[in-house]
Amino acid sequence: MSPLLAEKQKHLTSKDSKGSLLQKMYALLGLILLSGVLSVMSPHFPSFQNILSISLQTAIIAILALGQTYVIISAGIDLSVGSVLALSGVISSQLLVEGVPVLPALIIGIVSGGILGLINGLAITKGNLPPFIVTLGMMGVARGIALVLTNGLPVSGLPDAFTRLGNDRLFYIPIPVLFLIVVAVVGHFVLRRTVFGRYVYAIGSNEEAARLSGIPTALHKTMIYTLCGMFAGLAGVLLSARLISAQPTAGTGYELDAIAAVVIGGASLMGGVGSIGGTVIGAFIMGVLRNGLNLLSVSPFWQQIAIGLVIVLAVYLDQLRRKKD
Amino acid sequence: MKKIWTLLLAAALVVGVLAGCSSESTLEKEEKAPAGDKVKIGLSVSTLNNPFFVSLKEGAEETAKKAGAELIVADAQDDNAKQLNDVEDLIQKNVDILLINPTDSKAVSTAVESANKADIPVITVDRESEGGKVLAHIASDNVAGGKMAGEFILEQLKNKGNIVELEGIPGTSAARDRGKGFHQAVDNKDGVKVVASQPANFNRDKGLTVMENILQSNKEIDAVFAHNDEMALGALQAIQAAKKEIVVVGFDATDDAVKSVKKGDLGATIAQKPEEIGKTGIKVAIQAAKGEKVDKFHPVELELIKK
Repeated sequence: MSPLLAEKQKHLTSKDSKGSLLQKMYALLGLILLSGVLSVMSPHFPSFQNILSISLQTAIIAILALGQTYVIISAGIDLSVGSVLALSGVISSQLLVEGVPVLPALIIGIVSGGILGLINGLAITKGNLPPFIVTLGMMGVARGIALVLTNGLPVSGLPDAFTRLGNDRLFYIPIPVLFLIVVAVVGHFVLRRTVFGRYVYAIGSNEEAARLSGIPTALHKTMIYTLCGMFAGLAGVLLSARLISAQPTAGTGYELDAIAAVVIGGASLMGGVGSIGGTVIGAFIMGVLRNGLNLLSVSPFWQQIAIGLVIVLAVYLDQLRRKKD
Repeated sequence: MKKIWTLLLAAALVVGVLAGCSSESTLEKEEKAPAGDKVKIGLSVSTLNNPFFVSLKEGAEETAKKAGAELIVADAQDDNAKQLNDVEDLIQKNVDILLINPTDSKAVSTAVESANKADIPVITVDRESEGGKVLAHIASDNVAGGKMAGEFILEQLKNKGNIVELEGIPGTSAARDRGKGFHQAVDNKDGVKVVASQPANFNRDKGLTVMENILQSNKEIDAVFAHNDEMALGALQAIQAAKKEIVVVGFDATDDAVKSVKKGDLGATIAQKPEEIGKTGIKVAIQAAKGEKVDKFHPVELELIKK
């Protein structure tokens, strides 16, 4: 990389860091405030058991959202993650039922998600098609394949060694939450401390400028969608373990929750802004809100209104910040 | 910065206002009803986007109100993972007993086991759980209902004709069981043929479009069996638009469907009496919470509603 380009990258990342950090702080303040209000309103909310429960409930969506973070920072969108989650879960579960050991089945589930992401990436870069259309198509294709493979029936009879991944705890912490912590830390490192991560921001800020300055944008965009697919694959495998069965209908609408988590966490749908920490906070805001409203016995219909309002509010805050910048 | 804080406070207020949208605030409830005074029942419904389950919930609410029990309802929105989360939240609320209407019999096992670990008795309604310990099950038999619908169609067609089956959401136990019962009645019958079986996801709009497509490709159709009334009513719209005379049978006996039967448009619907399922669920839950012995299975009888 030329010294000029390196300097430009550094400037881009530091500029984003300030904006993203600010937005992340707002999101974190929002989460703290929300938790405070709910703690006052429901005596059940602040218990240690409930905090663990929220973490477990949020883990799957948060993992899905981590992959979406890379895509959104690069100014793309992936609408297929919910269906990829279902298909990956189905593939790994069917292998387990056939007697394949847990680790290979787990890896194949994640890799199958990656392959679907790779197809998305290639269609976007080589086919020069809009991400919205490509991933919308994949959403249908992946869901259809999941239904074909299972004939519409859940895959059950999964081994205990596998289902423990979704339901057991290690040092009091649910295993899916540990997975979330590990992938979030690794994801943060990749995004903030590697050349690939800097390229993700550069592509999102101005793809054409990034390409002209020597960044192989097509290759990196393909890698971004592949990575997103792998995150969806991991989420699918963990969800199957948690539900003790793989459901071909699993993950319906999860793509919207994942996008919402990323946006609430401070990423911009225009690209170039966002962070892993922000996304985790965004996912937890939604998780805390759902849990809290359940504990407050709020009507399920009103709960949907609340979550919708929070998403709009988050985007409005983002717009305010942009005006100031 | 001031504006940001205002917005954050507004977000917090949204939660406060919504908490007020529940029939009465939780704090009030807890003041009014000290633990042990009032039975606290959690009800996890598979979806409230379907008139059948709305009726089930209303039946439960009505009975709980009369009995002076506190009922907390959660809507799983047809999502297995959300149902598991909802059940965990109800456990956190220290409910005395849980009524679960599973989104899926297999996937709900984890939720039932969570309740078992918390020593909260579980009663399943409408669909069973394949895992965990369940105190009682309240339902009508979906397989028997499907068979009843199939037999009615055979009677109407005088054992001769082409039938279309509109299936529910692939993979759901309701779709599986109703389809199974229907095929038990109509398969291997000379002169009767199921010419198309298509999923329409329990939705009226899907029922309409799927039926329109089937009518394009199959000219000779004599009857339709839909796994629920919403799809049946959608199919009926398509049939009426095509100006055809086809016997349509639904399942659930929703208000719209019963009106349509009385009008002579819909051929018949299978009444599962969802309100009765909800009412029975609460009655059994209260008995169990008081430590009384309850039966393992409480059947709610089916009824064929025809003109």
